Amino acid sequence: MEKFIKITSKAIPLAIENVDTDQIIPARFLKATDKKGFGDNVFRDWRFDKNGELNTEFSLNNTSYSGNILIAGDNFGCGSSREHAAWALVGYGFKVIISSFFADIFKGNALNNGLLPLQVSPTFLAVLMKTVQENPATEIEVDLENQTISLLEKSVSESFEIDSYKKTCMINGYDDIDYLLSKKEMIEAFEAQRVQLK
Amino acid sequence: MGQTLFDKIWDHHLIDTIKNGPQVLYIDKHLIHEVTSPQAFNELKERSIPVFRPNQIVATADHNTPTINQHLPIKDTLSKNQLDQLYTNCIDNNITLYQLGHQYNGIVHVMAPELGITQPGMTMVCGDSHTSTHGAFGAIAFGIGTSQVAQVFASQCLLLTKPKNLRVTVNGELHKGVLSKDVILYIISKLGTNSGTGYFCEYAGDVFKNMSMEGRMTVCNMSIEMGARGGMIAPDETTYNYIKGRKFAPKGIEFDKKVAYWNTLPSDNDAIFDQEYTFDAADIEPMLTYGTNPGMGIKITETIPVNENASFKKSLEYMNFEVGASLINQPINYVFIGSCTNSRIEDFRVAANYIKGKQKASNVTAWLVPGSKQVENQIIEEGLKDIFVEAGFELRQPGCSACLAMNDDKIPKGEYCVSTSNRNFEGRQGQGSRTILASPLVAAATAIEGRIIDITKHLN
Ligand code: SF4
Repeated sequence: MEKFIKITSKAIPLAIENVDTDQIIPARFLKATDKKGFGDNVFRDWRFDKNGELNTEFSLNNTSYSGNILIAGDNFGCGSSREHAAWALVGYGFKVIISSFFADIFKGNALNNGLLPLQVSPTFLAVLMKTVQENPATEIEVDLENQTISLLEKSVSESFEIDSYKKTCMINGYDDIDYLLSKKEMIEAFEAQRVQLK
Repeated sequence: MGQTLFDKIWDHHLIDTIKNGPQVLYIDKHLIHEVTSPQAFNELKERSIPVFRPNQIVATADHNTPTINQHLPIKDTLSKNQLDQLYTNCIDNNITLYQLGHQYNGIVHVMAPELGITQPGMTMVCGDSHTSTHGAFGAIAFGIGTSQVAQVFASQCLLLTKPKNLRVTVNGELHKGVLSKDVILYIISKLGTNSGTGYFCEYAGDVFKNMSMEGRMTVCNMSIEMGARGGMIAPDETTYNYIKGRKFAPKGIEFDKKVAYWNTLPSDNDAIFDQEYTFDAADIEPMLTYGTNPGMGIKITETIPVNENASFKKSLEYMNFEVGASLINQPINYVFIGSCTNSRIEDFRVAANYIKGKQKASNVTAWLVPGSKQVENQIIEEGLKDIFVEAGFELRQPGCSACLAMNDDKIPKGEYCVSTSNRNFEGRQGQGSRTILASPLVAAATAIEGRIIDITKHLN
């Protein structure tokens, strides 16, 4: 997993609530056996119309927007537990998703893939969304170490919460596998003691 | 203070607690299938990490498999590729695989219990949300994401935040024609699809005590549809009798020792649950869903309720149903008896018992899809197949089939399907399909009549 300490980037607004995993990556793309390639199909049915034509109205296709931060409406990532949704967002190039609420399983899947689900207050979300929509050149700074998110030119910022274990993982680029492998001896001791109990 | 069934098993598998963070839980059994495992195998390969405990993993092919002509090569190249990769990954890592056509092949949540792999007191996981099924044996069993599949491959452990305890008690006696599927659809219709979020749910009371293992599995299977991470029922004589003699069950003295341990697992009398709900068995009737989530259910004699919520209205629009309407006499062209919720031998016995001597309505396409090869064989041995064939039904080969329609078994756009599966989401059984969840008895009766009938009036 890539290390994540601090990023400064422009952002893409997605002013839609309750974005579910079926919208992030439609079910018909789940037959792949690789994590790569899902980025091409992220928000597939919103990015393209029925005839396969690019939907220029959709914010991801709007060339005035760019950056690796997605600002989304409330309750992002609900629905099925498919991790393909996180792979699709990472594959497209996102590093941070900002919303006022994330569905539980999506949050876990995102963190396991180095994608930061950043929860802000509804008021701050509204400010972010409006500022970026009005001025797509707006820069946003996400500082994981200090747990702050700032709108640079307006000098407004807010702090955010993250599980301290997960924060350490993101900053060091570790994932749960690395942690669990570091506990191998403890796991083996547990197994041995259980066998003796039998 | 006493402990719950869930707390006891959790504690027995707890290895470590990270300060201000999750806990490390040991996993006894890991079940895998072709759709959610390939990326996890790739991850390990890329990082040169070996599979830690291959003999605690069992694999089957089920989600993507055809239910006819399983002996022929698979036409869909993407599906075939997933099955081929599963095969190679299992061979390379010494993992037992019950591939298509194997005598033990079947839906992961049907195959493992019938082989005696699932046992009380275990922790079990699978990259599939309906892993909650195995909780019927008094085990902690839940679905996981693909990163977690890789974690279990690498360490036989998971990092988890412990869920809270919920108990649903149903006392009394069930009416005739009310099956375990109706019990769980009733509970979800009362509690809604989010009431279980953050909890593990234990089912208690006479109704579950008197239920067969097949029935208990149907109930625990759908725990996830009320948002719970998993469901559980305390192990008892019914559980032990089911396990005894199965292929991977402990044998002889070993079995008795295990039973002595299993008997210590049920929740203590003074155990405290974070949340409790109680229902009366006498209030339950055969159930039907009318909307696009499993919580949108009514008793067969009820009418669709009034609700002003926008998503409720959108849901009825999708189903093309009206507020205040009854579903009785609704014409139906498709019936599906299958899925890890209702594809065990008992489900086919119930269906056959009703169907015997009757004829399927000519407008109905009815698929009967056994949950496993063993169930398929049992259907033939018990003579149920003859009953089905004589009545005009089609008995398919085992797999997930129309439950998620990842293979060719799709319900056409706009058509209604009375289905014994677990999810009635938009397009779940094929783009534009309309699913009505019900018990195998209601499904069988619908296939005979070509429309929904009030089954309670047709039982002697
Ligand atoms: S039958 Fe349906 S719910 Fe069960 S494992 Fe297969 S796809 Fe999942």
